[in-house]
Amino acid sequence: MSGDGVLVIGAGAAALGVVEGLREQGYQEPIDVVGAEKWSPYDRPPLSKRVLDGRLTPEQTELRPSADLGRLGARWLLGHRVVGLDVDAHAAELDDGKRLRWSSAVVATGLAPRLPGFARGLDGVHVLRTLDDALVLRTEMLNARGIAVVGAGVLGCEIAATARGMGLEVALIDKEPAPMWSRTGHELAAMLATLHTRRGAKLHTGVGVARLEGDGGRVREVVLADGTRIDADLVVVALGSDTATDWLQGSGLTVDDGVVCDAHCRAAPDVYAAGDVARWYHEGLGRLVRREDRTNASAQGLAVARRILGDTRPYAPMASSWTNQYDVSLHFAGELVGENPEDTALTVVSGNPGEGKFAATVAAGEHVIGAVGWNDPRGFRAARAAIGRPSSTAA
Amino acid sequence: MVNVMEAPEGVTAQEHGAARIVVDEPRCIGAGQCVMVAPDLFDQRDEDGIAVVLRDEPRSDELPAAREAAALCPAAAIRLVRGSGA
Repeated sequence: MSGDGVLVIGAGAAALGVVEGLREQGYQEPIDVVGAEKWSPYDRPPLSKRVLDGRLTPEQTELRPSADLGRLGARWLLGHRVVGLDVDAHAAELDDGKRLRWSSAVVATGLAPRLPGFARGLDGVHVLRTLDDALVLRTEMLNARGIAVVGAGVLGCEIAATARGMGLEVALIDKEPAPMWSRTGHELAAMLATLHTRRGAKLHTGVGVARLEGDGGRVREVVLADGTRIDADLVVVALGSDTATDWLQGSGLTVDDGVVCDAHCRAAPDVYAAGDVARWYHEGLGRLVRREDRTNASAQGLAVARRILGDTRPYAPMASSWTNQYDVSLHFAGELVGENPEDTALTVVSGNPGEGKFAATVAAGEHVIGAVGWNDPRGFRAARAAIGRPSSTAA
Repeated sequence: MVNVMEAPEGVTAQEHGAARIVVDEPRCIGAGQCVMVAPDLFDQRDEDGIAVVLRDEPRSDELPAAREAAALCPAAAIRLVRGSGA
């Protein structure tokens, strides 16, 4: 039986943030990290880009060199899952029956991709979440003629762009009217639609998938709800994810689209959550939020470490994320869609969308709530600085 | 299959000594987190947003900010390397 200390469940970016935050603040007690994958903490954003097209090897996705990880003095139990959390007894059970005791526990198990019924039962149909997923998908892409990407969120858009770069025929399919529609607001979504179309991806928007048809057990065609047939011997489903929380059944923690936490990322006494899996009360926004971006994973891990060691500040960061598609680097800060999407307005504050380089503020009502940069890092920084100001002065 | 990485004896992150900031430019995605956390140590290039180190050997009072920038970098592009010759 291990001694008391901090148990981190999950071994991704948020988990690493917890461990580094604890050690940085001088924490000397044992730290156990349990990760379902065999890999030590690696970076997910490159999976849909430079891992898929082969510019990065799996080893190059490591978040820290092994010497740096070793210096953290944690015990990494990789290739294992926690199957039960006993909050009252401050104990956890591993899949091999081992019992770990802890004085504080952090849930950082991330997400599991959604796989709708139509996507089951045929070869050549994939999701992309893990490094192993990316390596399998890459092998398939090297041998495929065409790929159908179902779901034009950030992940689907990045996969589509990477596949075009690898010379594949690409169909990008989404029920919404344009790529990244609900996330970025309608004006940016329209620009993204133009970008993908110009780069040769075939966009099928405003229509969902009815079924897949196969040949000898392998996918051959995607049939859309309007009857359109798309030739594809490879399909990637990028329709979002669910939080990986099945193992918390019976723990007594509140799970509702993530582990529900207070403003200090605390789900129960001595139990915290960080990263994609955490849904916490954001005091600045006045509501529960859950964020799936990479920036939040590290920041929330660090914040939880500090909280464990007595920091009393609520966790209320400004959102920050990015995406790379073709030769476009898009940066986002704050909120991109107001509570009323119709009342959300994009104002270009530098550059020119027509020239492929601009920055804009996003205003809802009387205030700037977010910022966007499209190949314009300098403009983006200025736009980001305007968040919170009255929208009339932002430009 | 158990894959356990045990910590080396007596080595912790609290090791002291000079530290040098190293930015892995190809990894940098220009998020600018480092500039927000440690504006005295980092800037961004105007053309592509890539992080620029303003002073690669931070003073001891700047080390916490330098470590935070490294920990928060969403591309894991910033490292603190111990010893100026490392």
